[in-house]
Amino acid sequence: MTETLIPVTVLTGYLGAGKTTLLNRILSENHGKKYAVIVNEFGEIGIDNDLIVESDEEIYEMNNGCVCCTVRGDLIRVVEGLMKRPGGFDGILVETTGLANPAPVAQTFFMDDDVRAKSRLDAVVTVADAMNLLTRLDDAPEAEEQIAFADVILLNKSDLVDAEKLAAVERRIREINPHATIHRTERCAIDLSKVLDRGAFDLERILTLDPEFLEGEDHDHDHVHDENCGHDHHDHDHVHDENCGHDHHGHDHHHHHPRHDESVFSVSLRGGTLDPNKFFPWIQEITQSEGPNILRLKGILAMDKDPQRYVLQGVHMIVEGTHQRDWAEGEKRESRLVFIGRKLNEAALRKAFEDCVIAA
Amino acid sequence: MPTIQSFPLDAFVVAAEFLGPEPVFALGDGNVALVDGASAEKHAVHSGGLLAAARTLDGNRLITTGDDGRVVAIDAGGKIDEIALQPKKWIDQVACGPDGVIAYASGRQVFVRFANGKERVLEHERTAAGLAFAPKGLRLAVARYNGVSLWWIGTDAKPTEFEWKGSHLGATFSPDGKNVITTMQENSLHGWRVADGGGHMRMSGYPGKVKSMSWSAKGRFLATSGAEMAVLWPFHFKDGPMGKQPLQLGTRDQIVTFVACHPTEEVVAIGYKDGMVLAVRFADSDEAILRKPGEGGPISALAWDKKGIRLAFGTEGGQAGVIDLAS
Repeated sequence: MTETLIPVTVLTGYLGAGKTTLLNRILSENHGKKYAVIVNEFGEIGIDNDLIVESDEEIYEMNNGCVCCTVRGDLIRVVEGLMKRPGGFDGILVETTGLANPAPVAQTFFMDDDVRAKSRLDAVVTVADAMNLLTRLDDAPEAEEQIAFADVILLNKSDLVDAEKLAAVERRIREINPHATIHRTERCAIDLSKVLDRGAFDLERILTLDPEFLEGEDHDHDHVHDENCGHDHHDHDHVHDENCGHDHHGHDHHHHHPRHDESVFSVSLRGGTLDPNKFFPWIQEITQSEGPNILRLKGILAMDKDPQRYVLQGVHMIVEGTHQRDWAEGEKRESRLVFIGRKLNEAALRKAFEDCVIAA
Repeated sequence: MPTIQSFPLDAFVVAAEFLGPEPVFALGDGNVALVDGASAEKHAVHSGGLLAAARTLDGNRLITTGDDGRVVAIDAGGKIDEIALQPKKWIDQVACGPDGVIAYASGRQVFVRFANGKERVLEHERTAAGLAFAPKGLRLAVARYNGVSLWWIGTDAKPTEFEWKGSHLGATFSPDGKNVITTMQENSLHGWRVADGGGHMRMSGYPGKVKSMSWSAKGRFLATSGAEMAVLWPFHFKDGPMGKQPLQLGTRDQIVTFVACHPTEEVVAIGYKDGMVLAVRFADSDEAILRKPGEGGPISALAWDKKGIRLAFGTEGGQAGVIDLAS
């Protein structure tokens, strides 16, 4: 019996963004791997080597008093069924419908013991349409949730918009989710290693909460963030502020986009070493009371008198954390915590977090 | 000491049964293994994975379903009949009822197949997660989100709906037909009186999901997996198990993955995550080791023969065997 957990990649994206194109690319590329693909509807996909499973999205609330604890019941059954088959799979891909909130899929991999015992959530990959994303983000909460939950975002159809629009779209994405890796793509053309086996939910692999910038393949594009980082920050665009590895205490978020009451945005907190006796009760309490509004949270924390980095992640009310590794020599013992959600009281979060800080 | 005849089958054992005197194992690789003397012979039944299996009430055939959309019957001689085909569907639930009726489920649809070949479809708003026939009459329980639906399959009547919030995954009727019990996503059981949907029996406290249920002889206890011991809820009191302590048998530091009550004695066979199998007597909790922890991972199937002398077992990792208590 092997104890290897099968990686699960969740593919989301609003209607028409190009999810199916990406799925077809993954399946048709000659990578020698075997995938099980869970789709909502059989479409024009399918390669002999892979197993396509049609499944109705069945979202179940857990009867445990937690309104935001939802699981995909169909997913639990399909994963159980897959585990009975011989040979196994190199990975499972779950395609959500265009109108789906990715939370239940993600939570299934935290909440169901059987699923956890056999598989692990690798990453949420969101395909976004560069032409229409800004409009969608204003009129469709699901589109915001898909961006908020993403570990990897394919900004697709990037050839159909000009550089200015592309930069505006990326800024808006960063307001919602400062840490997802964004790749500009045309017809979802991308090196699959940037999509698969990301380990985005693997606490051992949370290396940094610095913002992820456009990666190597995009050298011919303008790096919208570049000029703002690694320098003094006096009169630049504040959207990037708290994401650059420098001192920005005291800066408030400044949103170009008029934030309406239900908008998803992120709050990034930074400080020195923390008092664990204050931090853990607080994070417990805040995730219980604000769980429905917190879509995701991630942290790399320096606890007082603790030689190791403490890493933390959460989805709604579910939070898990672990000691990751020793702080390296010369590594700055600093705590970073990022909330992505709705109706977050930024000032209160900042105050509570700062109350946990022992030394700057 | 009991003797064990082992068969390395190299595939997840989905179900173990006896067809008459012959042990049979349904395997996740789509095969059914029939035991012939000292060896087990694999018969290819499904082209993909085999997801569920149930024995017909006459005990002569094993019905299996798979992700190839087929419902297949196999007898002890290896004769295979395709009973139904639902192209592209995963059929992951099956139950056998009186008069040769077979019910199977895919997604929100439950298909009822009568012995004369007639079929009807029972539509549900949510996925049909577990199926169970009542001991008498053509009545089918379908576990679903937020409760259980009870259908009189011989009539066109709407189902009787019993509600309880949460996701219900498996179902069983008590042998006297008075209670219907479901297993739940929330690591608990829920029971209703069949007569009026009342009674609401809540049985909880499990560290994991309950995946295996078995009624003891005469239906006095319902044995369950999901804890570090077999938990047996008493049903011989007027109000069922409510307010009563369950029997807790075979306590170890390993989760119980399968239970099978002896057909005539108050004894339960308990399979554990580490592959161990114990037989435990209700009266004095006396334990007998039938299989030591071993190869093949968690016990995934157990079945007694008709007389309760031999016990067939299977594991997730592909070990199967027959334990003979007489020798």
